[in-house]
Amino acid sequence: MDDATSGAAGERLRKTVEIDSHAMNFGPQHPAAHGVLRLVLEMDGEMVARADPHIGLLHRGTEKLIEYKSYMQAVPYFDRLDYVSPMCEEQAFALAVEKLLGIEAPERGKWIRTLFAEITRVLNHLLNITTYALDVGAITPSLWGFEEREKLLEFHEAASGARLHANYYRPGGVAKDLPAGLEEKIAAWAESFPKFIDDLEELLTGNRIWKQRLVDIGVVSPEEALAWGFSGPCLRASGVPWDLRRAQPYEMYHQVEFAVPVGRNGDCYDRYLVRVAEMRESVKIIRQCLAKMKPGPVKIRDHKFAPPPRADMKHSMEALIHHFKLYTEGYHVPEGATYTVVESPKGEFGVYLVADGTNRPYRCKIRPTGFAHLQAIDMMARRHMLADAVAIIGSLDIVFGEIDR
Amino acid sequence: MPQTAEAAAPAPIELLAREVASLPGVAGVAVEKGEIVAHAQRDVLVPLMLTLRDDPRFACEQMMDLCGVDWPERPERFDVVYNLLSVSRNHRVRVIVTTDETALVPSVCAIWPVATWWEREAWDLFGILFAGQPDHRRILTDYGFDGHPLRKDFPLTGYVEVRYDDERKAVVYEPVKLTQEFRSFDFVSPWEAITTLPGDEKAHATRAGGAAAKRTE
Repeated sequence: MDDATSGAAGERLRKTVEIDSHAMNFGPQHPAAHGVLRLVLEMDGEMVARADPHIGLLHRGTEKLIEYKSYMQAVPYFDRLDYVSPMCEEQAFALAVEKLLGIEAPERGKWIRTLFAEITRVLNHLLNITTYALDVGAITPSLWGFEEREKLLEFHEAASGARLHANYYRPGGVAKDLPAGLEEKIAAWAESFPKFIDDLEELLTGNRIWKQRLVDIGVVSPEEALAWGFSGPCLRASGVPWDLRRAQPYEMYHQVEFAVPVGRNGDCYDRYLVRVAEMRESVKIIRQCLAKMKPGPVKIRDHKFAPPPRADMKHSMEALIHHFKLYTEGYHVPEGATYTVVESPKGEFGVYLVADGTNRPYRCKIRPTGFAHLQAIDMMARRHMLADAVAIIGSLDIVFGEIDR
Repeated sequence: MPQTAEAAAPAPIELLAREVASLPGVAGVAVEKGEIVAHAQRDVLVPLMLTLRDDPRFACEQMMDLCGVDWPERPERFDVVYNLLSVSRNHRVRVIVTTDETALVPSVCAIWPVATWWEREAWDLFGILFAGQPDHRRILTDYGFDGHPLRKDFPLTGYVEVRYDDERKAVVYEPVKLTQEFRSFDFVSPWEAITTLPGDEKAHATRAGGAAAKRTE
């Protein structure tokens, strides 16, 4: 509305200016918001003029809680961050604590961690791709994908006892060895899974509607991707060949061969393609892990950091004391700080851990992956249609457990 | 598939640390557990960060993380920690500046736009102020939240709790009521030579070489 007054006569000149602009709330309860994202969209007609994400609706104060827990008690909090890829988050914390303690997991423990990190990657990409298809209007992929996810969650359950919140990795190894027969089951799954990826790609990759919704939507240039702190598949889709598993190898990644898929256009479609290609690479890594794994201890033998076997506690007083001390007091970590990162399925997941010599972390900053990605949504969705904003959110693979912490 | 990711080998870390130390505004550089940690002066932070991003020796294109650390016993109680990453040269640099509740830290959001949300988070959780940050809202806590929860003097349980009041048909805020006192156990063990028990000073002094005995005096 414009009330331009001509000052002389004081007579009000009425003029109607049509402004088709309004703000609208997207979420926090919207199925395509992938959790509790409240997106305040300033619309210019059906165009997004500005997107202002409001986050924190799932903030649980994880970092504060960890400051009041011993190092071992802090591990389960990491499952609850990115609840779609729990084991990779645990891995970051386990590696950070190991670095501060100056200990190293035994070889089999590292292989198991690498194996399950890749299983987690497939789990995560399956959920992302299929629910993304759901956002865009295809229902079948999610029905298929969830069936496949269930098989993988059974492996999670067999190893750790829990389908989702595994709490399996420990500073110094993993909680317990794989049960008998699980390796064969995973190997059999790794044989059949590429066929499933083919089926999924048949549904989506060449699909006309899928491509119309994704190609050239939310284009991010390599320079923009770097400046906005992108990592993982989102960064690689923009054409930056950066993978922490390759560039700064941790665990056993220096002993396995895999390719780093890189996109060219940085649009939603490339981000989808990179994830599909990564699933294929993960299956390759899983096969190599299974082939190279040898029997042996899965956690460090030093009982100051890892509990003694249950059988020892029946006759050894020392084992009993170790067990008691470990589960009441925990271990003291020497003073120091580290920023340890892993290539989680979503990108760089980091833990900045400050230890002050006591049995609790002094500060544990969690670097969530989606935090940086979600921030860029204003830049990516600007001058796009409302429906494209949904496609962009889906392509970023955001999970609020980790963004809000 | 492009192979540049493996072509970039990590630069010799000591060499790089020495180069970072030669920059103006850097008070001290150390290599801790294979990570470069540079302590910098607050007022020259922006030119320093620009050098770290644009100088081909450092080429830190990405700022992966910014966070606060609270040390309440220090005169400048907060550390602001910047974790930088160079994807072209494959190294990381950590820059740390100190500040307190009132001093302004120059914002780096003009250098890396990603800094905006990290700085909002540091303001929200610690109350660290940033100069030149156009969007200085809270980010993670509730609308209308009071206080900065990650400060060490902020209690774990907080001050208020919310519930839905069926009579008023609204969510109400009330002071926290704990049915049991919050328990925090002190695990600093007298057996591990951290403190000296009364009457034990002599044995302790011979064991710790006098350093521990001095602490108790």
